[in-house]
Amino acid sequence: MEYSDKVMDYFMNPKNMGTMEEPDGVGEVGNPSCGDQMTIQIKVEDDRIVDIKFKTFGCAAAIATSSMVTELARNKTLDEALQLTNQEVEEELGGLPPIKRHCSLLAEEGLEAAIENYRSKQEGNS
Amino acid sequence: MENSLIYLDHNATTPVAPEVLQAMQPFHREQFANPSSPYRIATEAAQARETAREAVAELLGCKSQEIIFTGCGTEADNLAIKGVGFARRQQGNHIITTKIEHHAVLKSCQWMEKQGFELTYLDVDETGRVSPEQVERSLRDDTILVTIMHANNEVGTVQPLQEIGELLADKQAYFHTDAVQTAGKIPFTVEDLKVDLLSISAHKIYGPKGVGALYRRQGTTLQPLLHGGRHENNLRAGTENIAGIVGLGAAARLARKNLAESADKRVAELRDRLEAGLFEKITDLKFNGNRNHRLPTTVNLSFNYIEGEAMLLHLDAHGIAVSSGSACTSGTLDASHVLLAMGVPVELAHGSLRFSLGYENTEADIQRVIDLLPGIVRKLREISPLYPGEQ
Ligand SMILES: Cc1ncc(COP(=O)(O)O)c(C=O)c1O
Repeated sequence: MEYSDKVMDYFMNPKNMGTMEEPDGVGEVGNPSCGDQMTIQIKVEDDRIVDIKFKTFGCAAAIATSSMVTELARNKTLDEALQLTNQEVEEELGGLPPIKRHCSLLAEEGLEAAIENYRSKQEGNS
Repeated sequence: MENSLIYLDHNATTPVAPEVLQAMQPFHREQFANPSSPYRIATEAAQARETAREAVAELLGCKSQEIIFTGCGTEADNLAIKGVGFARRQQGNHIITTKIEHHAVLKSCQWMEKQGFELTYLDVDETGRVSPEQVERSLRDDTILVTIMHANNEVGTVQPLQEIGELLADKQAYFHTDAVQTAGKIPFTVEDLKVDLLSISAHKIYGPKGVGALYRRQGTTLQPLLHGGRHENNLRAGTENIAGIVGLGAAARLARKNLAESADKRVAELRDRLEAGLFEKITDLKFNGNRNHRLPTTVNLSFNYIEGEAMLLHLDAHGIAVSSGSACTSGTLDASHVLLAMGVPVELAHGSLRFSLGYENTEADIQRVIDLLPGIVRKLREISPLYPGEQ
C-alpha cells in the first residue's frame, strides 16, 4: 500500500488544523471505536465559508482527506461546499489506495454536518 | 545517520544473516541437483538437507526424523491442524485453540469448523495469557487437538505451555504449538513444553522466507496436505527447497550460538530501555502484554488519542520501521484481534505500536526512537479531537 506524495504532504503538514473561537457551525462525525473521528468548524459570512478548521483522530488517509476538504471548502458558498464530493477530495490528493477510499467519506460527511449545524442554528435564530 | 534504517520490526521478518546466506549460496547453481536423483551431486543435496534437519532437531531438542520441512510457518500450522483433524476423525471432532492465535492457526481452525469440526476458542486475560484451568475445563472426551501459540507475535506474551502440556499428558488430545516467534529466540526444547507438534519458520530467525518446519513427535498420526512424491516421509510432497532448507539449518545453528551467548538477554535490555524511555517522556501510554512472561524482543504500547498508522508513517519518514496494531483497511476498521481479546478498548487498540528488536539493533537506535517519538505523538495529539490537553 502506498500513498501519493500529496497525501503524505497533507498528512505530514496538514493545512487548517486546529480549532477557532466561536465557530458558526460545527460538524462531528465518525467514532473512535471505528478508528476515525473528525471535527470541522466553520465561520460563515454572507453564506460563504470564510474560515474553516479541523481536527481528526485517524490514519494518514483520514488526516489528509480532512485537511484537503477544508482547503477545497474555504471561500465557497455553503451550496457550493455541499456539492463537494469525496471523489473530488480524493482526486485532489492524487488518489487513495483502494482500501483507504472509505476515509474520504468522513471528510465529506464532516463538512456536510458542519453546514447543517450552521443552518439549523440560523433557523433557530429567525 | 538520518538516512540509515532503524529496523524495529523483527517479529514481522528478519534480514538473512551473512553466514546463513553463505551457507545457502552453493545450492542455487553448483549444487542444484534434485535430492531424489541417484547421482553424486544429488546425494550431496540430500546430505545437506539431512544436516539441516539435524540442526533444527538440535535447536528443538528432538530427533531429526521428527522434523518435516514445509514451505513456511503458515504451512506448518495448516499441516498440524488439518493433518491431525483428518487423521483422527474417528477419535473425535473437537479442537481447542485461543482467540489470540496468528491467522495461520485461526483461519485454519475456522476452516475446520466449516468442515464440521467443533472448535473452542479460549479467552485470554488482560496480559494475553490463557489459563491451564480453562484448557482443562474445555477438554472433552472427543477433543483430538489442542493448539495454543507459544508466544504471541503482536504483544509477545508467552503461554504456560508446560503446565498445559502436563495436564494433556494422559489425554488423547494431541498438543500443537505455533512456536514461530519463540524457536531460536528463547531457550526451550519440545520436551520442556510437552508438545506433540510444533511449528517454526526460518525468516523470523535470520533465515530465508518461504521455508519452515513442523516437529512431529514420533507416532503422532497426520494426514498430508500435499499429495505427490514420497518426500518428507510421505507427509509433504514436492521437490525440496534445498537452499531454503539449508538456510533454515544454518539459522537454527546461529540461533543456538546466539542463545548460548545470551543474545536474548542483551536484546531484552535494549527493549527495556526503549520501554522505560518512552514511558518517561510520553503521557497517557498503555502497556499491552505481560512483563513477566514476554518475548525478549517485543514491546507493544497504546498511545491514547491517536492512531497507530499515523505514528508509523511519521516514524517511517525518519527511517524507523515498526508495526501497528491498527489495520485501517476496510469499511469496518479492524483493530487487532489480539488486543481486543485482551480487553484493550477499541480506540486504544487502534493507537498501538509494536516494537520488535533484533540482534543488530544498537543503543543509538533505541535512543533515536526515544528522542523522536514524543514529538510525533505531541504533533498527532494536537490534530486529534479526542485529546483533552496535558492534564
Ligand atoms: C506466530 C506466527 N505464526 C505463523 C507465522 C507465519 O509464518 P510464515 O510467514 O513463515 O508463513 C507468523 C509470521 O508471520 C507468526 O508470527
